Amino acid sequence: MEERDQIIADLGNEYKYGFTTDIETETIPRGLNEEVVRLISQKKGEPEWLTAYRLKAYRHWLTMTMPTWAHLDIPEIDYQDIIYYAAPRTKPKLNSMDEVDPELRRTFDKLGIPLEEQMALSGVAVDAVMDSVSVKTTFKEVLAEKGIIFCSISEAVRDYPELVRKYLGSVVPYADNFFTALNAAVFSDGSFCYIPKGVRCPMELSTYFRINAAGTGQFERTLIVADEGSYVSYLEGCTAPQRDENQLHAAVVEIVVLKDAEVKYSTVQNWYPGDKEGKGGIYNFVTKRGICKGDNARLSWTQVETGSAITWKYPSCILAGDNSVAEFYSVAMTNNFQQADTGTKMIHIGRNTRSRIVSKGISAGRSQNSYRGLVRVAKGAENARNYSQCDSLLIGDRCGAHTFPYMDVQNPSAVVEHEATTSKISEEQLFYCNQRGLATEDAVGLIVNGYAKEVLSKLPMEFAVEAQKLLAISLEGSVG
Amino acid sequence: MHANVGGKEILRGINLEVRAGEVHAIMGPNGSGKSTLASVLAGNEKFEVTEGEVTFCGQNLLEMSIEERAREGLFLGFQYPVEIPGVTMSNFMKMAVNEQRKHRGLEPLTAGEFLKMMREKSAVVELSSKLTSRSVNEGFSGGEKKKNEIFQMAMLDPKLAILDETDSGLDIDALRIVATGVTKLHTAENATVVITHYQRLLDYIVPDYVHVLYKGRIIHSGDKSLALKLEAEGYDWLINDYQ
Repeated sequence: MEERDQIIADLGNEYKYGFTTDIETETIPRGLNEEVVRLISQKKGEPEWLTAYRLKAYRHWLTMTMPTWAHLDIPEIDYQDIIYYAAPRTKPKLNSMDEVDPELRRTFDKLGIPLEEQMALSGVAVDAVMDSVSVKTTFKEVLAEKGIIFCSISEAVRDYPELVRKYLGSVVPYADNFFTALNAAVFSDGSFCYIPKGVRCPMELSTYFRINAAGTGQFERTLIVADEGSYVSYLEGCTAPQRDENQLHAAVVEIVVLKDAEVKYSTVQNWYPGDKEGKGGIYNFVTKRGICKGDNARLSWTQVETGSAITWKYPSCILAGDNSVAEFYSVAMTNNFQQADTGTKMIHIGRNTRSRIVSKGISAGRSQNSYRGLVRVAKGAENARNYSQCDSLLIGDRCGAHTFPYMDVQNPSAVVEHEATTSKISEEQLFYCNQRGLATEDAVGLIVNGYAKEVLSKLPMEFAVEAQKLLAISLEGSVG
Repeated sequence: MHANVGGKEILRGINLEVRAGEVHAIMGPNGSGKSTLASVLAGNEKFEVTEGEVTFCGQNLLEMSIEERAREGLFLGFQYPVEIPGVTMSNFMKMAVNEQRKHRGLEPLTAGEFLKMMREKSAVVELSSKLTSRSVNEGFSGGEKKKNEIFQMAMLDPKLAILDETDSGLDIDALRIVATGVTKLHTAENATVVITHYQRLLDYIVPDYVHVLYKGRIIHSGDKSLALKLEAEGYDWLINDYQ
């Protein structure tokens, strides 16, 4: 219990869910060394090659230092003061919704999350209420019929070792950066998804699984492989506010898109951002990258980022196959003392490759919001095309918006366009909305949603509606 | 009533009573305070009311927020309607109408009821249904913006509508459509205050009273014939009298 108390105290935040129940966790001591890495691998019953992979990653991590180039003010992180394995994580069990923090319930209601999901998300025992097991079983059957594999990465290591071995680390090598090395050494769990040749996945993957996905932990690892001619739309994250006793998050997502295949990946990230004074909150250092490996492959990232105290995230795409197409649509919102440095990388290698970047930053309070994007056109990338649009919206006069576009074009036939705008919500707009009977907070929500519409419209319908409400809620108290 | 902006007194003693069923026209040379009067009544926080009181349907208007005034039935037709990119006109109006209904203890309209209302009210000013699916005022022509103001007025059915130079920048046809629309909306239960420079608007919207505002005061009031006289002779005779 002492350790847990310490972690909660580290969050610098009054944790409201009352950890009164003894949680059966199997923990290993704080800190990281080869022994800990071996122990994690052993506890998960992993094959030797994976243990060796983790160890190589760990040894490489020791030689690295945290990146400092981002426009972020990151407090020092003591990596020896973190517990790297604690499983299974059990949420505190509550008996009814009456025991749930009223503020959290209010947010749930505003988001319009169904009661059953509210209960699951806040840790109320739901067995009798929600028939989630049968829903899941039905879905699993439909997926299995099509030959689609969708399971945890641990299960995949056990059941489909050859697939995992072939693709794990193939897009994001462990040595890519400090956090990818750390993740490769200690990743806890995550999702694995494989769409076979020519199969069109008939449903938004993970829509029904987001409740379970909410507890995946701090070093998440996701691997998605779309075989030739296949299609999948994948959703990750949750609009509901998420708290976690782990302050540091370092996830890795890898996507492999083969010839003629298409992957749409949508994220809504709403980790605890810290309080109004900037205390606490999650540090989110994520590496997401996909490769359009075959010709005519298509990959699209859509992200809505409203949470975390610190966000360091650049979902990227390597356009290796000829005629491949990549898109990045992003809304990043920061309020109070949040900091975000986020953007994308588009690496054009194949011929006739096209990429499109639409980034909408929104800063309020005293937050700092940066867009950082790289467009690289390699020598052989004949007729590459890129269009980038980076907009910033400022609310109030104490926040900051920054844009860092990088271009590296080595083929003269390339066309690379970059447009950027910065705007503020004007007094005139607010007065106009007020005069039509809208309260200022509703007016700001409306204006912000209008501004972010181009990105929100890329999200799957149900998610888009929740994301709209989320933007409005995250801005509460930022005006007037 | 007196009002300041940035320490400078713009309205220097306005006395005006508008009853249900009446149409008032406010005219006057540039810079006389006409638009300020409209803004102050709507509650624009740029202006500070230094003296006096305003009663609206028995309530102290100056104590109400901008949105409360609106929900109680005060409408301002803007001289320069602002653009709100990405927010569709229909979405904007749905929020506005439902806020007003909530304020009056009514249930929000169903999607069907709302669409029917949109169709009916956009016909009042011959506003194309294409415009209601576009972003608020974005890419609207001058005429479309003004029609859009009157369309919103029709949707919100105000007790008092203040129309700030709704006729400026309109061609002859658009002027007729906008002015006819305003007239159609006028009933014995509501009142309209039109701020204008030109008599021609008043050919369609026939005022019961015409007031001349000069240097923050109403210096003369009359009936419709006053507007015709002003059109023919200008303001000089009144200003000379006043001074």
